[in-house]
Amino acid sequence: MNQEAIKDRLTAKFGQDAVLDTTVFRDQLSVTVIKDKIREICRFLRDEPDLFFDFLSFVGGVDKHPQTPRFEIVYQLNSSRHKHRFRIKTRVEETADGLASIDSVVGVWATADWHERETAEMYGITFKDHPDPRKLLLPEHWTVFPLRKDFPLEGTDDTPDLPPQKI
Amino acid sequence: MNEQVRRMEDFQSELMELNLGPHHPSTHGVFRAVVELDGETVVNVTPHLGYLHRGYEKTCENKHYHQVIPLAERCDYMGASSNSLAFCLTVEKMLGVDVPERAQVIRVMFAELSRIFSHLFWLGTHAHDVGAMTPLFYNLREREEIMNLFELSAGGRLMPNYLRIGGVIQDLPEGFVERLRAFTEHFDRRVDEYETLLTKNVIYMDRTQGIGVLSLKDAIGLGASGPMIRGSGLAWDIRKTEPYCGYETYDFSVAVEKGCDAYSRYLVRIREMRESNRILKQTLEKLPGGPIRARQPGVVFPPQEEIYTKMESLIHHFMLVVEGLKAPVGEYYQCIESPRGELGCYLVSDGGPRPYRLKWRAPAFVNLESLAIMARGHLFADLIAILSSVDIVLAEVDR
Amino acid sequence: MAIERHLNDTVHVTNLEWFVNWSRKSSMWPLGFGLACCALEMIATFVSRYDLARFGMEVARPSPRHADLMIVSGTASKKMIPAVRRIYEQMAEPRWVIAMGACACTGGIYKNYAVVQGIDRHLPVDVYIPGCPPRPEALLDGILQLHAKVMKEQSIHNPRVTCVKVAGE
Repeated sequence: MNQEAIKDRLTAKFGQDAVLDTTVFRDQLSVTVIKDKIREICRFLRDEPDLFFDFLSFVGGVDKHPQTPRFEIVYQLNSSRHKHRFRIKTRVEETADGLASIDSVVGVWATADWHERETAEMYGITFKDHPDPRKLLLPEHWTVFPLRKDFPLEGTDDTPDLPPQKI
Repeated sequence: MNEQVRRMEDFQSELMELNLGPHHPSTHGVFRAVVELDGETVVNVTPHLGYLHRGYEKTCENKHYHQVIPLAERCDYMGASSNSLAFCLTVEKMLGVDVPERAQVIRVMFAELSRIFSHLFWLGTHAHDVGAMTPLFYNLREREEIMNLFELSAGGRLMPNYLRIGGVIQDLPEGFVERLRAFTEHFDRRVDEYETLLTKNVIYMDRTQGIGVLSLKDAIGLGASGPMIRGSGLAWDIRKTEPYCGYETYDFSVAVEKGCDAYSRYLVRIREMRESNRILKQTLEKLPGGPIRARQPGVVFPPQEEIYTKMESLIHHFMLVVEGLKAPVGEYYQCIESPRGELGCYLVSDGGPRPYRLKWRAPAFVNLESLAIMARGHLFADLIAILSSVDIVLAEVDR
Repeated sequence: MAIERHLNDTVHVTNLEWFVNWSRKSSMWPLGFGLACCALEMIATFVSRYDLARFGMEVARPSPRHADLMIVSGTASKKMIPAVRRIYEQMAEPRWVIAMGACACTGGIYKNYAVVQGIDRHLPVDVYIPGCPPRPEALLDGILQLHAKVMKEQSIHNPRVTCVKVAGE
């Protein structure tokens, strides 16, 4: 099924206002959907027989600072049955206390577990209903979000070599 | 008599938490897992990652596109050329660069050599973990031959750094083709030797059959790819489903096993080594003449010889090194079949000389998620066998 | 000395310090502390083509209690460095450290928030081997330089005390 047709199925099911934006680059289409319906949209994409996106390649984040909403979460989907790929994105705004939140899709694809943990610790985004929201790659005592655009590459005083207390 | 016999229920037992790693001979790198054991049986495994987190994705946001290639190669250090292939293909698709035929065939050569390179090391360390220490030394001997080829072509034994955006850095030197032909001729017999040691070995079969079962449904849900999913019965190989670099013109079959256990994954990887050898033989026959890099000033490096003789080439080279290339605004996801599975590169460009966002979809990271499900209920020694059958490379897991 | 000639070279006479140094360098057991890519070249040095066993270093122990030489091969990330220090502290004296590879020497190509810019900020390093990754011959050269350094040590009169000290502790 070609990507335009998949997008049309999406708008047919969830309405025109569920799809905020569509971008086409080379031969790949990306669809930006509204944040609140992300779990239903993902479930629909997985369960609908002629879409059948049973594979989630990755869940990633992009920091679009200084645009608002600031963060973009990207879901790259793949179907083992129909062998087509699709990409949906959603925007998450940064709240006043510096955190952002979105529903977790771990219930739809079990693999989203670690991808979401990594995105959460790198950008400071909370995934609601995530079964295990601990840090994955960074040291546990760090309070910084490295992949944000305003975080310097070489680190700050909050990223020292050793943890604060002696082991 | 009955009063003296204590009932099992009167014994009080607790789960024991055992820390495995990060420094451990069997974890293939700095991997830490907290294992909850009931006696000798694994109840749960919680991996703790990040001990080799090197800030790869953030570093790439600060490098020019050409400068990312050596960084990418160090991500999966077992099969380095497949990483740079994934990155170069993504950038070439974004820029609309057509890679010439000779460069495509050379890239396939390097990709398949990397696959054999990686699987050989996996085989040696996996057999070592299970208790068979002999194959490791012989596998490393083969790897030395492949490292000779890498070193001959590009100078680096482990990270040849041979691919560039638009093609490869320089043409194959004299002697490369003959050495590769000699390698492909004896390699099948070597794989026969390894199979003689392990495939029908009763001890090996006891250690790996029925161990680490990952059903197809779980594998798909957990995003497993590569030998993990081919060992569970799904013939999913990106070289066949979404071919790149001319893979549709090569004759090879996809190794699939239905056993879903560690033994099936072993069989899949052995067969993949044989199929890779088959592809290598075909590349040797197919190798055409022609340029080894596309011609696109401002984006692809001009040929090395022209830099010393032609003014425009010198200027293009200089501008490319100093200012970098300007990719169009957009985003692209390209994946290849690396030795571990689906290696994907998601690149977001804002029109500048540096990637705005480089997301590296690492197959070992995703395959490792299935460790907890596979290890439950097995003995602790089987956990080591299961971990080695996943074939992780910590640099890719942690990036 | 004359006595050696009389006994047909079956007896050698030397001083205690030379003897201690010679025995230490001849069977220095490495702790193969492979962190990243350099570990593959370290393993390649151990096996038959480059063969570290000819220098008495065949017994590579995973446990620091049994090892003399810690070859830090690969990148030490900030999450890993406490574990590296702990393992160094567990080694029994005399102990030596080789920083193998650019990442262990100075942080390598990773000058960012996640990587320790050289393990010599936390451990006393005896030999630095640059390279990314260094060839097995480079590792062998570094090990031989370490052997030469050990032979020059004043192990009896002025034994080296290596302890891990960081400013502020």
